[in-house]
Amino acid sequence: MLRIEGIGKHFGGVPALSDVTFRCREGWTTALIGPNGAGKSTLINCISGILAPDTGQIHLQGLRLDGLPAHRRPFLGVGRTFQNLALFPRLTVLENVLCGLTPQGEPSMLRSLLRLPATRHRERLLRLKALEMLDAFGLTDKSQWPVSILSYGDRKRVELARALVSEPRLLLLDEPVAGLNAEETARIGTEIRRLHGAGLTILLVEHDMDLVMSVSDHIVVLDSGRAIASGTPGQIRSDPRVIEAYLGRMSATA
Amino acid sequence: MTPRDKILYFLRLHRTGLTVWLLAGFLLAFPALAGNPYVLGISNLIAVYLIAVIGLNLFIGYAGQISLGHAAYVGLGAYGSALLTIHFDLNPWVAMAAVAAAVAFAAFLVAIPTLRLSGHYLAMATLGFNIVCHTVMTQWDQVTGGPSGLAGIPPLSLGGVSIDDEAKFHYLVWSFAIVVLTLGLNLARSSLGLALAAVAQNETAAESLGIQVGRAKTRVFVLSAVLASLSGSLFAHCFTFINPDSFTIFNSIELVTMVVIGGLGSIWGSLFGTTLIVLLPEFLHFFDAFRDIIHGLILVTVLILLPQGLVSGLRDLLRIKLLAGRNNA
Amino acid sequence: MPTLSDLLQFLFAGLTNGAVYALIALGFCVVHNTMGIVNFTQVDLVSLGGMFLYSALFLLGLPMPLALLGAVAASALSGALVERLGIRPSRSDDHLVLIFLTIGLSVILRGVMKLAWGKNRMAVPPLTADEPIRLWGATLLPQILWILLLTGGAVLILAWVFRRTALGLCMRGVASNPAAAAIVGIDGGRIRMVSFAIAGGVGGLAGALVTPITTLSYDVGVLLGLKGFAAAILGGFGSFVGAIAGGLLLGLLESLAAAGLSSAYKEVIAFGILLLVLFVRPTGLLGKRKG
Ligand SMILES: Nc1ncnc2c1ncn2[C@@H]1O[C@H](COP(=O)(O)OP(=O)(O)OP(=O)(O)O)[C@@H](O)[C@H]1O
Ligand SMILES: [Mg+2]
Repeated sequence: MLRIEGIGKHFGGVPALSDVTFRCREGWTTALIGPNGAGKSTLINCISGILAPDTGQIHLQGLRLDGLPAHRRPFLGVGRTFQNLALFPRLTVLENVLCGLTPQGEPSMLRSLLRLPATRHRERLLRLKALEMLDAFGLTDKSQWPVSILSYGDRKRVELARALVSEPRLLLLDEPVAGLNAEETARIGTEIRRLHGAGLTILLVEHDMDLVMSVSDHIVVLDSGRAIASGTPGQIRSDPRVIEAYLGRMSATA
Repeated sequence: MTPRDKILYFLRLHRTGLTVWLLAGFLLAFPALAGNPYVLGISNLIAVYLIAVIGLNLFIGYAGQISLGHAAYVGLGAYGSALLTIHFDLNPWVAMAAVAAAVAFAAFLVAIPTLRLSGHYLAMATLGFNIVCHTVMTQWDQVTGGPSGLAGIPPLSLGGVSIDDEAKFHYLVWSFAIVVLTLGLNLARSSLGLALAAVAQNETAAESLGIQVGRAKTRVFVLSAVLASLSGSLFAHCFTFINPDSFTIFNSIELVTMVVIGGLGSIWGSLFGTTLIVLLPEFLHFFDAFRDIIHGLILVTVLILLPQGLVSGLRDLLRIKLLAGRNNA
Repeated sequence: MPTLSDLLQFLFAGLTNGAVYALIALGFCVVHNTMGIVNFTQVDLVSLGGMFLYSALFLLGLPMPLALLGAVAASALSGALVERLGIRPSRSDDHLVLIFLTIGLSVILRGVMKLAWGKNRMAVPPLTADEPIRLWGATLLPQILWILLLTGGAVLILAWVFRRTALGLCMRGVASNPAAAAIVGIDGGRIRMVSFAIAGGVGGLAGALVTPITTLSYDVGVLLGLKGFAAAILGGFGSFVGAIAGGLLLGLLESLAAAGLSSAYKEVIAFGILLLVLFVRPTGLLGKRKG
C-alpha cells in the first residue's frame, strides 16, 4: 500500500534520513520506532508532504506521492496527527474537526459568499458528520469549547478525530500517546485497535513500547536516519541491533 | 417543545439573518429619524468605510495576514472611477464595475509574489505598494490632477434619478454596505471562512488537512481589494472630489485600526470599529489637538486588554465564562 | 549626459541618505533581534531626535555638542519608555498583535509631538558652519561629513557593545533563544527595554543628523523611517552588516535613479526596488534562503 524507497533528507548538511526503504501493507498497523532524533517525524513529514525528501520515492497504492504538494495528499487518503499537536487554538472543537473535512467539501468563494440553500445543506451534512465523529470520541459535550481550554489528553483526541473524519486510507500517527496518562493511553490504544479492525492502514510512530508491541503487525526500527531492522514485534524484541540502538544510546546518556 | 421554546429556537437559529434585517430596517427609517444632512453625511461615510473594512477584516482578521496598504486599493477605485467618468464619459456604474475588475486583476498579480512573504516582509511590501501608488497619484499631475486632485466627478444615477443628495446617497451606500456585510457574514460562517481561520492559526496543519494555503490567501486578498475598490468608487461619487490625501499609508493604518478595535475576525466588530472611528472626531470636536493621541490610546488599550479586539474579545470571554459556568453547574 | 562632478554629487547624496537609512535600519534590527517584531515606533524616534535637538538648542540654549548628546540620550530614554509603558503591559505573544501595538504607539507618539512642537516645519542648524567644501567640482556640506563620521562611530560603538560586553552577550542570548536565556537568569524584560533604548538612540541620532539638511516636522521620520525599514529588509532583517549594506545600497540606488530618471519619483524608485527584491528573494538580498 505505502512504499518508501530510498528516502534521504538533509538539514543543512546534517543527514536526518538516509536511504530509508520499507513498506506498509494494506490493513496493517506498521510501527516506526527508534531513539530520539532518529528521523521518525522527518519521515512522517515527508510522507504527508510538509517536507520534500532530497532523494527517493514514496508510492501510495502505485501513485507517486513525493513531488505532490502537501494539500493534495489528504485528497488521496493520507491523514495525520502531529507530535506536538497542531490544532487551531481559537477555533472550537467542532470547528477543528470540520477543518478535517476539507477533502469532502472544497469550498468555492462565490458559493460561500452567497450561502445558497444547496451550500447550506451541504454544510449541515458536513456538520453532522463532524458531530458523529465527536460522539465517537466522547467529545460531544465539549463541541463548542475553544480547544485552547481543553486538557492535553482531550486535545490529542480532537486531533485524532480531525484526522479521521475525512476517512483516510492511510493514517500517520506521530506519537499519539506521548504525554498521556495510563488511562488515556489505553483509550487511544483501544481506538487504534478498532481502526485496525476496520481495515485502516496505519503508520504509527511511538516510544511507548507496550502500546507498539500490542497494536502493531510489523515494526520498522530507525536509528540515526537509517532503517536498521524490521520484523514482527516478536522478532524486533529479540533483535540485538535494536537493543543496541536503544540501550547503547541510553547508557551513553545516563 | 413549547411554543416559547420554538420561538427561542427560531431566534437562535436565525440570529445572524434577523440581526441583519433589524439593522436594515433601522437604516431604512434612519433618514426620517436623523433628518439632518450633516448626520446623514457621517453615516454615509461609515458605510463607505465599512465596505473596505469588512474586506480588510477578512484578510487580516480571518486569514491572519497583514496589510498596511489597503488605502491604495481604495485610491485605485476612486481614481479609476473618477478618470473613467470624467475623461471617457463612461457610465458611472460601468466604470465602477470595470475598475473593480481591473483592481481584482491587479491584486491577483500583486498577490502571487506578495503572499509568499510572511509577517514583516508582507507589512513592508504592502506599505511600499501604498507609497508607490500615493506618489504616482501626487506626481502624475497631467492625469491625476496632482496634489489638488480631481473635481467634478459625476454623481451616480439610478433609473434616471441622479443620486446627488445625502438622503439618496444614504440608501445607495447602505444598500451596498448591507450586502457586503451579509456576504462577509456568509463567508465567515462557511467552510471557506473556517479554512481561512485555520490558515491564520497554523499553516502547516491547514496544509496537511488539504487546505490550499496560498490559494486561500490569494482569493481573500483579491476579494478584499475589490471591496476596497468599490468603497473608493462610492467615495469618489459621493464627494464628487478626490485628492491623494485620502489614500496615504495613514489612511491604511486608520482602516487597520477600525478592523483591530472592532475585532479581528468579527464582521459585526468591523461595523462597531468603523462607526467608532468615524464618529470619534465628532465627539472630540473640542479636543482636536488630542485626536491622534486618543486614537492611538484606544488602539493600544484595546490591544493590551483584549488583543482580539473589542467585539471578538468580549465574545470569547463571554463564551468561556458561559462554558465554565455550565461546567460547574 | 551627467558629468563626473554631477555623479560625484549624487554619490555623496546617496551615501548620506544611505548612512541615515543604515542607522535607522540598525534600530529596526536591534528590536527585531530581541523581540521578533517590527517596531513601527522607530520612525517617530527619528523625528524625536530632531525635535529634541531643536529644543535643546533653542529652549535650553545648550551648545551644539551637548545638545546633540542630549537629543540622542532623550530619544534613547523615549525608546525605553515606549517599551516599558506600551509594549510590556501586553501579555500577547502574537506577532500580528504586537506589530499593531507598535503602530498604535506610533500614532500616539506623533500626536504627542504635534501637541508639543506644533505642526509647522522648523529648521535646525547643522553641527558646524555651513561653508560648503568643494571636491572635484562637487560641493560637499560639512554636515554630510559629520553624518558619515558619526554614523561610523555609532556603528563601531554598537558592534563593540554587542561583541565585547556582558550586555551584548545577553542580548545575543535572548535573540537566539529567549526561553533558554530566561532559564539562565537573563531578565528578558530588561533586555527588551535596552534594545528599545538602543533603537531610540540610533533613531534619534539619525533624526538629529539629517534634519539640518531636510527640514524638521513631527512626521519627518515617517518616510525616512520606512526607508530605514526597507533597508533592513534589503539586508535580510537581522544582521548588522546587512542593515548597513542595505542602507547604503538603498541610498545610492535611490540617488542614482533619481539622477537618471526623475527626482519626483524617488519614492517610487526606492520602494519599487524593494518590492522587486522581495518578489525575487522573499528574504532580502543578504537574507538566508529558506530550507
Ligand atoms: N526543520 C529542521 N531543521 C533542522 N534539523 C531538523 C529539522 N527537523 C528535524 N531536524 C533534525 O533531524 C533529526 C531527526 O529529527 P526527527 O524530529 O525526525 O526525530 P524523531 O525521530 O522524530 O525524534 P523524537 O523521537 O524526539 O520525536 C534530528 O537530529 C533533528 O534535530
Ligand atoms: Mg518526532
